[in-house]
Amino acid sequence: MSLTNRRDSRRFVVMFERVRSMENTPMVEMRKISKEFPGILANDQVSFDVNSGEIHALLGENGAGKSTLMSVLTGLYRPDGGEIYIEGKRVEFLSPKDAVNNSIGMVHQHFKLVQPFTVAENVMLSIKGLKQIYNLKEIEQQIIKQSEAFGLSVNPKAKIWQLSVGEQQRVEIIKLLLLGAKVLILDEPTAVLTPQEAKALFETLAKMVKSGKSVILISHKMNEVLENTNRITVLRDGKSIGTVYTQNTNEKELAKMMVGRNISDPLERKSSRKEEKIFSLDKVSALGNNGLLKLKNISFDIYAGEILGIAGVDGNGQKELAGAVAGLRSIKTGRISFCNRDCTKSGRKKRMNLGISYVPEDRMTTGLAPDLNAYENMALNSYRGYRGCFIRWDKVRKDTDRLIRKFDVRLASTANPVKMMSGGNIQKLLLAREIDSDPLLIVAVYPMRGLDIGATDYVKRLLLEQSEKGKAVLLISEDLEDLLSMTDRIIVIYEGEIMGVVKPSETTLEEIGLMMAGKRKVVSS
Amino acid sequence: MKHKLMGSWEIKKTNSSSALKKFGISGISIVLGLLFAGLFVLITGKDPLQLYSEILQSSFGSFYGFSETLVEMIPLALCSLGVSLAFRMQLWNIGAEGQFCMGAFGATYFALFFSELPKLIMLPLMLMAGFICGGLWALIPALPKAFWNVSETISSLLLNYVAYFWIAYLVYGPWKDPKGNNFPLTKQFPESATIPVFGDTRVSYAIFLVLLIAAAMFFLIKYSKWGYEISVSGSSRKAADYAGMSYVKNVLMVMFLSGAISGIAGMAEVSGVLHRLQQTISPGYGYTAILIALLARLNPLSILLVSFLMGALLVGGFSLQTSGFPSSMVSMFQGSILFFVLAGEVFNNYRLVRKKV
Repeated sequence: MSLTNRRDSRRFVVMFERVRSMENTPMVEMRKISKEFPGILANDQVSFDVNSGEIHALLGENGAGKSTLMSVLTGLYRPDGGEIYIEGKRVEFLSPKDAVNNSIGMVHQHFKLVQPFTVAENVMLSIKGLKQIYNLKEIEQQIIKQSEAFGLSVNPKAKIWQLSVGEQQRVEIIKLLLLGAKVLILDEPTAVLTPQEAKALFETLAKMVKSGKSVILISHKMNEVLENTNRITVLRDGKSIGTVYTQNTNEKELAKMMVGRNISDPLERKSSRKEEKIFSLDKVSALGNNGLLKLKNISFDIYAGEILGIAGVDGNGQKELAGAVAGLRSIKTGRISFCNRDCTKSGRKKRMNLGISYVPEDRMTTGLAPDLNAYENMALNSYRGYRGCFIRWDKVRKDTDRLIRKFDVRLASTANPVKMMSGGNIQKLLLAREIDSDPLLIVAVYPMRGLDIGATDYVKRLLLEQSEKGKAVLLISEDLEDLLSMTDRIIVIYEGEIMGVVKPSETTLEEIGLMMAGKRKVVSS
Repeated sequence: MKHKLMGSWEIKKTNSSSALKKFGISGISIVLGLLFAGLFVLITGKDPLQLYSEILQSSFGSFYGFSETLVEMIPLALCSLGVSLAFRMQLWNIGAEGQFCMGAFGATYFALFFSELPKLIMLPLMLMAGFICGGLWALIPALPKAFWNVSETISSLLLNYVAYFWIAYLVYGPWKDPKGNNFPLTKQFPESATIPVFGDTRVSYAIFLVLLIAAAMFFLIKYSKWGYEISVSGSSRKAADYAGMSYVKNVLMVMFLSGAISGIAGMAEVSGVLHRLQQTISPGYGYTAILIALLARLNPLSILLVSFLMGALLVGGFSLQTSGFPSSMVSMFQGSILFFVLAGEVFNNYRLVRKKV
């Protein structure tokens, strides 16, 4: 289906839906839902409705209350106030089962599938009231029927572990369809998909709403929401900021609704790459934690002032690559050198001293010690620098206070364990520490993941600023837009191998997407 | 999360807990634990209040009782300081009892076979022997833990029995005092192998060792680089790796030192109190030490206070026998107190509030 066609059909659906909504009641209506957690009002009198035949997006930053609202709708939380109506009828969900019985189903970010079972067996597991003697053939047939109707091609006999992430997601959707779901909630469904897979997903969703189902899409990606939905409800700080028709809005307006102010101008990147080689990997192979080869023959150089991006679907060797560069993972074969000196054998401590900073993917338990407070965590790199056996905590305190001010970290009290801090502030604290050590190379793994717009913007600017100061940055990210706007070069990896190296100015999302799916870059000579 | 409770009350999670509040909660929990244990006394027809006053009388009521409490406090505090160090790194060393026995064994060896040595050489030598034997004994479960991640909880516990029976073998066999009327005891240590005591009490100068080690541990944990590494490793092993700390090295060092301090307790017991090795050198000091460490929240200074109180309970327990109760009654008191203190932990993070209508 071409883009224009899809837009037209969507416009038609919207018009159709408007006419209907005058006479019909919405499929789901949530009225003035409130839900309080200690210290925060996660939902503050939020009203929200979905019509049948509509894709309705819930847009908002992290912590805006999207997930809480949907947890109320799926019966996981009981609201402190407010009412839910399904097709005009007042309902009260005491458990998730009640929501399922009211035709509401959700695809969670982390799939709930049994890996060694087949697709059909997994579907069977979720069907309630199964007869003692069941007919696997019949279930398989139903799966095929559903998958053909909505373009969800999947082999019912395949085992889950053999399927790609995109296929597993389809299994989750089929499961809901066979349970009779009329309202499908998808929580950040494209986070784990290649651009091609994401496109296929939205085609499926379009078919489903055409058949009268309703889709609620939880997202913080403005582009995909603008392209694929009928209406958008924006949440901020637990409140509903408003519901708009997608065709009547634009990116700027949505961003303003999401953050409550105009976001700063788009990033401008001038390459600051110098000729000085900082770090090189030469034919490096390494094993993953499970003992399987996760990095195969990887070679690349990073130059001073350069931001080198690594693109790939999560789990294709990114974690191992970062570990090998930072010195946390010993490699099997190959050579690693830093400023033209061999450091293949040196561990994390040595590489830290050489000037390799590391912002790990798992900030809460790897980058920081969760039970220690902000001061104690800030000493993690520098504590060895004090003479003698003792740490001078007065100096650590002074440095920490300075960094907290400089990097605008907000915390209730520096004496609280850092696990009580919010995600954005945790990342700021971590970056402050890693940048303050004045490194030559910064390895950043998914540094913007899970951060809200404001914090994401801050982190991006910080990394750009560091590269302008002549530092080399290895940026591992799943967000292709970020990679394209920030880096000098992008290396695409798939199953631990380099599929190709591209320059952001000379490539397209499609080209990168194909390489992420395992197609090697064609080198035209 | 909120839970419904008794209609108009509910339990709310709070994100902060002051030191004063924690202290108060512990105090109330201990009192409730004693009241609960009192119920059982009531069932037997005795007056629990009278029983408690007897315990207080015998442990604090006289100078002798007070000094006996200090005698019990020395091994309790040392073992507890030992295990608390390992606990801080999330290493569940529950082998203090065995490490205590091996420390006593090491010290006894020098007292029996180098009895000619002068006191000034003998005592430091015995101290070193207790230190090293206790430390090595703790290293046995530490090695598989460090290299293959084998649970140290089980292995350190099982080694307690090995150490206990090793002592039993020695005192029934090769080290039995030939003039001891066949009792399972070694012969008495020479004067040079005994730690001096205060006046005519049984309280030895080892109490200075307790204070010294507690103070040293306080500074180690709070200000030293190594103490910092222990805290980071205890919070997250991944963070320790990330910061380039050697987890293996720290596991081995922490476990060694943890066992070594319990070993010192064993040395202090044979050299300062018993003056010989015998089969029953410990009424379970190593196990009570775990309870003390947890009650004191691993704080070295609180450990001193809590082990003093536990010592009092033990001394009181011995006197219970005259009122017709088994002295193991004390174990029940301890269990009841621990139960209430652990249950009371909830209130460190939660608060009871009246529901808004």
